[in-house]
Amino acid sequence: MSKFVFLIPLLPFVGFLINGLGRNFLSKTLAGIIGTGVLIASFVLSLLVFSEVSEPGFTVQVINLFDFIKVAGLNIPFAFQIDQLSALFLLIITGIGSLIHIYSTAYMHEETPAHFARYFAYLNLFVFSMLLLVMGANFIVMFIGWEGVGLCSYLLIGYWFGNNNYNNAAKKAFIMNRIGDLGFLLAIFWMLSQFGSITYAEVFAKASTAPVNVLTGITILLFIGAMGKSAQIPLYTWLPDAMAGPTPVSALIHAATMVTAGIYMIARSNVLYTLAPTTQHLVAIVGIATALLAATIALKQNDIKKILAYSTVSQLGLMFMALGVGAYTGGVFHVMTHAFFKALLFLGAGSVIHAMHHEQDIMKMGGLRKKLPITHITFLTGCLAIAGIPPFSGFFSKDEILAAAHDMSPVYYALGVITSLMTAFYMFRLYFLTFSGAFRGTETQAEHLHESPFSMTFPLIILAIFSIAAGWVGIPAVFAPQAHKLSTFLLPVLPERHQHHHFSHSMELMMMGAVVLLIVITILIAGKKFASHKSFDEKQLSGLSKFLANKWYVDEFYNLIVVKPVSQLASFFSRVVEQKIIDGLVNGVGKGVQFSARQLRWLQSGQTGSYVLIMTVSIILFFIFQLLWKA
Amino acid sequence: MPIIPVNYYIFFSLALFAIGIVGVLTRRNAIIIFMCIELMLNAVNILLVAFSKMHHVAAYALDKTTTVGTEAQLFVFFIMVVAAAEVTVGLAIIVMLYRNIHSVDINFLNRLKH
Repeated sequence: MSKFVFLIPLLPFVGFLINGLGRNFLSKTLAGIIGTGVLIASFVLSLLVFSEVSEPGFTVQVINLFDFIKVAGLNIPFAFQIDQLSALFLLIITGIGSLIHIYSTAYMHEETPAHFARYFAYLNLFVFSMLLLVMGANFIVMFIGWEGVGLCSYLLIGYWFGNNNYNNAAKKAFIMNRIGDLGFLLAIFWMLSQFGSITYAEVFAKASTAPVNVLTGITILLFIGAMGKSAQIPLYTWLPDAMAGPTPVSALIHAATMVTAGIYMIARSNVLYTLAPTTQHLVAIVGIATALLAATIALKQNDIKKILAYSTVSQLGLMFMALGVGAYTGGVFHVMTHAFFKALLFLGAGSVIHAMHHEQDIMKMGGLRKKLPITHITFLTGCLAIAGIPPFSGFFSKDEILAAAHDMSPVYYALGVITSLMTAFYMFRLYFLTFSGAFRGTETQAEHLHESPFSMTFPLIILAIFSIAAGWVGIPAVFAPQAHKLSTFLLPVLPERHQHHHFSHSMELMMMGAVVLLIVITILIAGKKFASHKSFDEKQLSGLSKFLANKWYVDEFYNLIVVKPVSQLASFFSRVVEQKIIDGLVNGVGKGVQFSARQLRWLQSGQTGSYVLIMTVSIILFFIFQLLWKA
Repeated sequence: MPIIPVNYYIFFSLALFAIGIVGVLTRRNAIIIFMCIELMLNAVNILLVAFSKMHHVAAYALDKTTTVGTEAQLFVFFIMVVAAAEVTVGLAIIVMLYRNIHSVDINFLNRLKH
């Protein structure tokens, strides 16, 4: 099997080449079939790999493809590592990726063939990079994928490049990511100089020999990389703006690829993080702060995709908190369940937007329940899953994170619960405003409302099933001992969390029940408030709600302290240094040559006699000079 | 027969050369300038032959079979050939010049600079 592992990333890359190079010749159907087909093939291969990995007695496999960098004592092979963690991520990426590709064939049908093929080329490249990222057996291969997803997010967010706002959003995503990438790169250099190798196995084996300070430094730098890619404070502002891309792209970025990269990287280097407790605290604090901040912002947004974007940021915050308190399995578990329900919610939102003719303001929707029955049911499933209602998947993963947080400190637990309640509130605000009550859009929109075609509803149904069932692989020990299959599966890669306090089962059940009860009450409040929302009266927002609707003014703050000074510096350089100094230098040389040429013009008189005279005199002078020189 | 010392040749050749230079510098008639150039070339030729003979005599005194010093005389022939070629071209130019401006005064040639 391991012989064919390289095909998993190669297939999407081939798809990228065919679609990218042949975009002017391929018909839409063909481009769609190629783009989707390669990914489904990868998915089938991933399933085979997964089944092999899940057999008992499997040991980590490292597949060396070729020597990538070989200088002096340093040898960095281009190698893939297949173990439980990467196999799980392979399934998530190719599985959800395939569904999103299928969905895209219908969602993007209005594009011209060339743009359609370009879209699928980017999408394939995106999946290829993400596969490299999770399959790499050393940090360099991971970094290649890491950069690749950054590039593809730029290309896809700016997919509709006719709109300059979208281009700016794309640039913002790219630049924010670059800041994080710098941290990652420095961490790689540091690891190289400390351990002399960059391969996972060697680095983790030597980790305990390094001083704690060095490990703390390395892990913090790695975490800075994760901050950029996984949208944590202070580098999260690109993710909501990334909504500029087509909706399936948002689903891909938020669920299967890109933002999970940071989680994967920290989960992969869990050995280093466990040895650096300071960084773990930092990760947990940044995570929970991001979760809270994004949740409060999401409460007051009106754009359907913005709400989902902030909810992603918030959920990622929870995952980082889980990683920070040492619950690596919990974090990865939440990545998995989140991938299903967030892809579902985004694709559902895409279906709504498709039906509403690119209207994204939930204040102008309402009552879509009857017109879009499948979208409605699946979207409701997604909302219940993210809110954490049992037995939907979100409940199990969130419960595990909260339990781990409580184990660490009650403060984390309380903040985590508050985040969950806010999540339930804004998700059901979104749900009720969109699907119940009366329609608040225009007449023409009301006439054209329609359920999406099968190729769009099919992924929704599949994802809905998984949004319900995905949590059942991680049933906590309270209900049934040894039922946490995922934890057992990941045990060779991710260590089990050390439990400080042991609660009685009744106590744990009581807390779980209390949280669920609070969530249900929150949902009911949201229902009462928004279910029969009549009109979209433009209320003047004031005080706290204005502050939240404006996203804490973080963008304005960044503009003030970073963007403005930088652009002023740039304009200083362009006006003074470029125009005065550099242009002055170049023009000065030209002027000098012209001036001296004018002075020398009299030499060329046209009188042959004077030329010969000058020649003769010069020759004589040369002889005299030579004579004197010798003397 | 007493051999003429090489100094005499040098002075003679220098005089010829100086006459040539002064002629080129001061005269305006293209044909005379041409003749002066020939004078200079021949001054060099004389010098070459003189030195060649001098070296050969010195070497011959030591070794009766030597050919040292004879090479320079070959150069004289080269110079003569080149000078002849140059004369054909130069005279042709002068003829064309005369046909165009009815004069061989080189001061009229300054129109080339425009």
